[in-house]
This record gives sequence, C-alpha cells and structure tokens, in this order.
Amino acid sequence: MSAAERDRLPGSGARGAEQGNAQRPTVTVTVDGKAVKAREGAFVLEAARAAGVEIPTLCHHPGLEPYGGCRLCVVDVTRPDWEGWCKLVISCQFPVEDGLIVLTDTERVVETRKVVLDLLLARCPETPLIQSLAARYGIEKTSYLRNPQPTDCILCALCTRVCDHIGVSAIATVNRGIGREVAPPWGEAPPDCIGCLACAEICPTSCIPYETSDRSRTIWGKTFEMLRCSRCGKARVTVAEADHFAGRGGVPRSYFELCDTCKRKDMAATFARLSAGAAGMAAGA
Amino acid sequence: MRIDSSKAFARFVAQAKKKAAQRQREVLVCCGTGCLANGSAKVADAFAAELANRGGQASVGVFTKKTGCHGLCERGPLVVVQPNGVLYTKVKPRDVAEIVEKSVMGGEVVPRLLYKDLASGQRIATYTEVPFYKNQTRIAMRNIGRIDPADIEDAVAHGAYEGLAKALFTMTPEQVIEEVEISGLRGRGGAGFATARKWRACRKASGERKFVLCNGDEGDPGAFKDRSIMEGDPHSVIEGMVIGAYAVGAHEGFIYVRDEYPLAVVHLTLALAQAREKGFLGTNILGTGFDFDIRISRGGGAFVCGESSALMRSIEGKVGEPRAKYVHATDRGLFDLPTVLNNVETWADVGAIIARGGAWFASFGTEKSKGTKAFSLVGKVKNTGLIELPMGTTLREIIYGIGGGILGDRPFKAVQTGGPSGGCVPESLLDLPVDYERLTEAGSMMGSGGMIVMDDRTCMVDVARYFLKFLTEESCGKCVPCREGLHQMLAIFEDLVAGRGKRGDIERIERLARGMKLGSLCDLGRSAPNPVLSTLQYFRNEYVAHVEQQACPAGICRDLTAYEIVAELCNGCHACFKACPVEAITGKTKELHVIHHDKCISCGACFDVCPSEAIRTFPKKELAERGVA
Repeated sequence: MSAAERDRLPGSGARGAEQGNAQRPTVTVTVDGKAVKAREGAFVLEAARAAGVEIPTLCHHPGLEPYGGCRLCVVDVTRPDWEGWCKLVISCQFPVEDGLIVLTDTERVVETRKVVLDLLLARCPETPLIQSLAARYGIEKTSYLRNPQPTDCILCALCTRVCDHIGVSAIATVNRGIGREVAPPWGEAPPDCIGCLACAEICPTSCIPYETSDRSRTIWGKTFEMLRCSRCGKARVTVAEADHFAGRGGVPRSYFELCDTCKRKDMAATFARLSAGAAGMAAGA
Repeated sequence: MRIDSSKAFARFVAQAKKKAAQRQREVLVCCGTGCLANGSAKVADAFAAELANRGGQASVGVFTKKTGCHGLCERGPLVVVQPNGVLYTKVKPRDVAEIVEKSVMGGEVVPRLLYKDLASGQRIATYTEVPFYKNQTRIAMRNIGRIDPADIEDAVAHGAYEGLAKALFTMTPEQVIEEVEISGLRGRGGAGFATARKWRACRKASGERKFVLCNGDEGDPGAFKDRSIMEGDPHSVIEGMVIGAYAVGAHEGFIYVRDEYPLAVVHLTLALAQAREKGFLGTNILGTGFDFDIRISRGGGAFVCGESSALMRSIEGKVGEPRAKYVHATDRGLFDLPTVLNNVETWADVGAIIARGGAWFASFGTEKSKGTKAFSLVGKVKNTGLIELPMGTTLREIIYGIGGGILGDRPFKAVQTGGPSGGCVPESLLDLPVDYERLTEAGSMMGSGGMIVMDDRTCMVDVARYFLKFLTEESCGKCVPCREGLHQMLAIFEDLVAGRGKRGDIERIERLARGMKLGSLCDLGRSAPNPVLSTLQYFRNEYVAHVEQQACPAGICRDLTAYEIVAELCNGCHACFKACPVEAITGKTKELHVIHHDKCISCGACFDVCPSEAIRTFPKKELAERGVA
C-alpha cells in the first residue's frame, strides 16, 4: 500500500474533527450513583472526572489519543438491561452511552489496580509517583521480584505519543515484552528530533534527561542550537523547533523572534495603551 | 481466458473433470512441509524420472502430482497410488522403481512400504482403511492431498469454486449469510464467534469501503493446520473469502500470512494469480459485476499479530500491537473501516457450506458446535499429524483411536489444547467430547487446534513454565499486567523448577493470574495464565511438591531430580552406559551398572533407553541426606 493511499484512509490521521463539534448531543451516565451528562463520543474517564470521581491514570493525557497501556483506570460498567452482568473495562477508552452505569470502586476494580501497582512498584521501586500511588492502595513493598536495575520509566508511552502527535516521531518504543524501552532509532542521536522537550515535559516521572542553556540544548544525545529572543537574548526554543513549526500549520517564522516573556510585555503595553485611549474617550464623552 | 457466465463456468468444470478423468492412474506424492523435510521432493522427482524413462507420463498413462499435506506426517514421505488409493509410507527415492513396476503398472502392492497397523501389526493397503484416516471427516481439508495446489484446473475438477458460483449466480448476499447461519459455523481461530453474526454486523455497518481479512498468522507451538490448508488447498481459502466479501459487500481483502510459511506464501500467490486469470477474483467476477481482490500481507513473526487488532495494525503498516476493542472490527477494523476477519480454516469451510448447504454442515458436530474441526496432533502420540474430525469427538478417540495411543505405550498424563492460551486436560477427562463449550468448561480452550499429548514423563509445573517462557518472549509489552505480570510469573516458575520455591508461591501465582486475566489489554495477556491455572487445577499436588518438598514428582526438573539404578532390575544390558552423555554410568555388560551422582546431570537419557525399567528417579535433596554431593 502506497503512502498516498494510506493517507486517504480515515483513521490514519488524528480524529480531531470529531472532537471539536460543540453541537454534539449529550448522554446521561451514572458514575458511582451520581448522574452525569457527557457529550456523545466522550470516554467514561472524562465523564467520571467531570462528576468529581477520582480515577488513577498513568498513560492518559487529554490532548492525546487514548492508549490503554497502564490499565489503572479500570472500572466496572453495566446497564439496567444487562441483568446484573458487569464488564471490566478501561475508562480512558470505553465510550459513554446513554443509561450506562459506571462503578469505580468494586472489589475487582481495586484488585486489578493493586496487581498493576504491585507490578509497577517491582519495576520502579524508587519512583516517588509509583510509591505514592501504590501506598494509596495499601502497597508499601512489592510482593514480586524487585527490579535489580530500578528505572523510572513506566512505559506509558506519553513521550513517544506526544512526539508522534506533533509530527516528529523521533523516538519510539522498541523491543518486545519486558525488554521494551523508549529509544531513538538504533539508539543513536535521532535525526528527526527537534529538541522541543515535549517528551521530557510530558513524562509523569520526569525520567528523560536533558540539559538546556541559552546557548544549547542536549537531549537523546543530540545537541541543538538555541534561538535567542531578539530583544532580551533569552533562549526558549531551539532553531530546529522553530523551523519545524514554521514549516507547518501556518505559523510565521517571525512568531519565534521574541520569547514568550517579551511577547507578553508587548501585549501588556498594547492593552495599557488601548485602555488609556478608551478611558480618555469615556472621559471626553 | 476469464469465465464470464454460469455457462462458461459449467464448461470449465466439465473440461477440468474430463481432464482429471483421463488421469485415472496417478501417483500422489505428499509435498507438505513435513514430508518435504523428509525428502519427498526427491521422491517426486524420482517418480517423474522413472515415468520419463518408460516413455513419458502421457504415453504410459500414469501421472504424478505433488499434493499438499496428507496429515500422517509421522510416516512421511507419503505416496498414494490411484485409482486404488494404495498408501505407501516412508518412501525413499530407491523405492520408486519398485512402486512403479509392481503397484502402478502391475496393480499389485509393495507390502514392506504399506502402513503397519499399530494395534494388530497388520499391513493395510488402502488409504481409507488406515485407522488414522478412516475415522476422519474432512471438510475444510476436503481437497488437501487430492489436488495439486499449483493447478487451479485440478482444484476445480475436485469441486473448488462450486460454492462461489452457486452464491454469485443463484443467491443474494443475505441468503448467503442465512446459509452460513444455518450451518452454525463458528470461528475456527479458537474463540468460536458465530461467523454469520459477524458477517451480518459488517454488512449492516455504514460505509462503502469494507474489508475481508484472513488470519493466517498461526503461531501456537505445535499448530500447523492453517499452514497445511494454505499450502495444500489455497483455493478453498480464496473461494471462502470471495463468498464472504460478496455477503458483506466488501471489495478488498488481505490474507495475513506469517513469513515463516514460505510455501504457503508461494502457493497462495500462485493461486491468487490463477483465480484472477480465470475470473474468480478481480473485477466483474464470473461476469456477475461483483468486484473483489485479495492481497497478501506477510507477517514478520510476532505471535501477537495473530490477535485481531494487532493484525490489522500490522496490515496498515504500523507496529503490530493490540488496542482496546470496545468498538467491533465489523464497525471499525482495518483503517477504522468495517472489517470481517476470519481464520484460514473458517474460510476454507465456507465454500463447502454454500455448495452442499448449511444443513449438511450442521449435521456434523454437537448442539452448539457444528461441523468439523482440524487439529494438529503432536507430542507423545504414535501418529502425529494433521486431522479433521466432527466436533464432539472425544479426546480418547482422538488420542487412542486416530493417534494410535501413547508413544512406547507409556501412561497418558494430559493433553494440552489451544496453545499457550489453552490449558491441560487430565486423564480423568479423556472422554470429554471436544467442542468449544466442553473445552472451556475444562479450563482449556479450542484455540487454533493444537493438541499436545503428554505422557507420565512430563512435569506439569515445567509445562506451564514452558508456555510462560514462550509468552514472555512474545508479549508486546504495551500493557503492564501482561508485560510485567508474565515476567514476574516466569520468575516464580523458574524458582519452582530450580528448587527455590517458597511457601505462598501458589497463592502469589493465583493472585497474579487473576490480575492478568482481569487487567490485560488483549487476549494474549488475558489468556496467558490459562496453562498455569489449568495445571494448578488438575495437578496441584505437583505444585505443592515443588514448593514444599523441593521435589518434582514426575522426575523431570533437573535441579530436583536424581537417578539411580535398581539393582534387582538391572540386567546389565549396557544401554544406559552408551546413552549417558557425561560418562556418569559405570558397569560392564551383564553386570550391575551404577550412576555416579557427582557426574550425573539428571538429563534422563538413561531412563529413556533402559529396556527393563531399572532406573528410578528420586528427589535430589535425598542425596544430601545420604551424604553424597
């Protein structure tokens, strides 16, 4: 199948168009006894959080497609016409439907989360995020074999997914099973990386190392030249990052000339001028 | 020339049958992967050369044909001489002249090459009288071994594309689905979902562009039925897919076949080209205006790509990893478009169902599991090979009737069905009728139809460990319960077989198994604990022995087992001395032999060769008590 052919197919791009529609009808679901309105096409997790019900997640991010890797957000769902039959699903990917009953605290929901956290604690015994989540489920010490080489990476793939999402795809998960890891191609400095730090910043355990200064930035073994603010000289983005975003989405290259702080200062000055003018007009009237 | 009407099809069939009838005297040489490995290509060449020496095939009126797998792989290379159906086993090129002289030309048989019945020791002349074949009913594999898979005319002479012609010329898509519904056909990949329901859902799904897929990513250890179908009768798969596409309204199809099946890829490619040329595939099929074509997508060898959502991602060119299936593939499958995915065997059944009617198919099998099922029978059984039987046949009939019993007439211990997702069924359930429901109730599953027979020299903890190891290597690692759970489960089992079992291990295993079943993303992880749970259910005492006594009751786990010679039973035959790879046995012929524990590596080679059962196993820790080692 050619790339052009693939591009024509739905599902190969983001499902953005579906999500932005404000006219979508709403449905009513019950979360732990509370009736909640949710937009059609939303997932149970969103509805539950809107109802103030807490559901733990590790691989979820509202700006990215659901992934279903961490399995922490499991809930039981049922319907009045299911005659007591319940289905254990992951809430980040199960779509809401009218009349759906969601139970977030059943015995097997808790049991599943405990096993998942116990396993993650074995993998990441020194990671504060995992320690605290596990502690909330009463697990202080893993009942499994402690990883002899503790890591902070929980393989939630947020980093690789955000990298895909911005159209860079410089890193990916490689290898199978327990040997799975996040890596650039061949473990070398990734040619496609733009040094934007999205991967490092989205990482829930902050386990992607990088160094950055006004002069240069290094991540994944690749060093980038920084683009300095033409006014204050501070560096916020890499040249490669500015080139990448200026090349697509219609962002003008000039957008990157000033840093965010200087832009805000300019904007504040503009507002001050405008409101002074408006006040003058009001006083004159 | 493409066939463009029902009349043209009838003419083509008549012509093919006439040609086949002229080739009455035929030598069928099995060229399935098993027989090829045993040298059947050379046997086929020898037949061709012998007949050429005698003036050529046409002039002597004898023809040779390379067929797909005949099933009795244990006895290969297999040769069948038609029209009488004389079966010759373990044929070597040097036997060929004699077979041609006596059997093909002379109408006699060559007794020494005939199948020898295991029970009576009698030589059996014909194919159909051999117990291995006599008790089978072949539907999906109806033409395997009879046709040349590289010749579409030969396939058509044996009934290929009859079902397709019937569907396209005389039935509406809805009628096709109804017929499949009457047949009661359920998915042969193992899960057993009703085929007609799947098709109907896809037919009703909105959207113009739909797909029909064939899952040929058979990856279970010891399973090879899909391979044999794709190699031996690719047209049955293609025919089924075209009928399915017509029923659901799809115009594009993919056959996903693992690249480890090179012969299947070759035969499928050839069959697709021939079907396209004859008008069974492509635009305006058989002149009816229906368009459908199939492409082959070769898998890279990841076991998880046999899982439906991972398979679709792989065809899309993405990483073959599963995703949640809360929306059915019939609504959003390949490229998020409506898709029907069926197993190779399911597709192979479809043509026969349409040609002969759903009611005929439903006359085989049990109440909820209709028709026949193909199995790969392997392990410690005399007749290993490929079989197809009506659903509801008991395990005893399969293992002792068709399989001929256990190798060396040792006691039967368990049979593993359904591959790594399945479970072990013990002796007490030997009379279990094999269908979807009964196997699931027994804690196993139909799976892809692998059956691994195990004798008393099998440690069930070790068996579970084997499957865990396989799955640990094949888990994609996307979700936590499968990736981390399998890794931890395997670690516990490695401890058990090495004598490092601890109290509480069984409970830890059970808790983890439950968590994996509940929490895993796809069926690989969800069913991964099945071999563990079923062996725990039926052989718990073996687990307890490993944990509490650091002993392996079956005497298999090397770290837990020591061997010794029972003085009263040893007749000094010297066989163990010869078998021992590390010179741990001393003794002279006709004198008592001794195993030296300081050298013994507990491989069991002596045990396996001893003709007088003079070697016994005992827990290795007793050695320490005796002050040895």
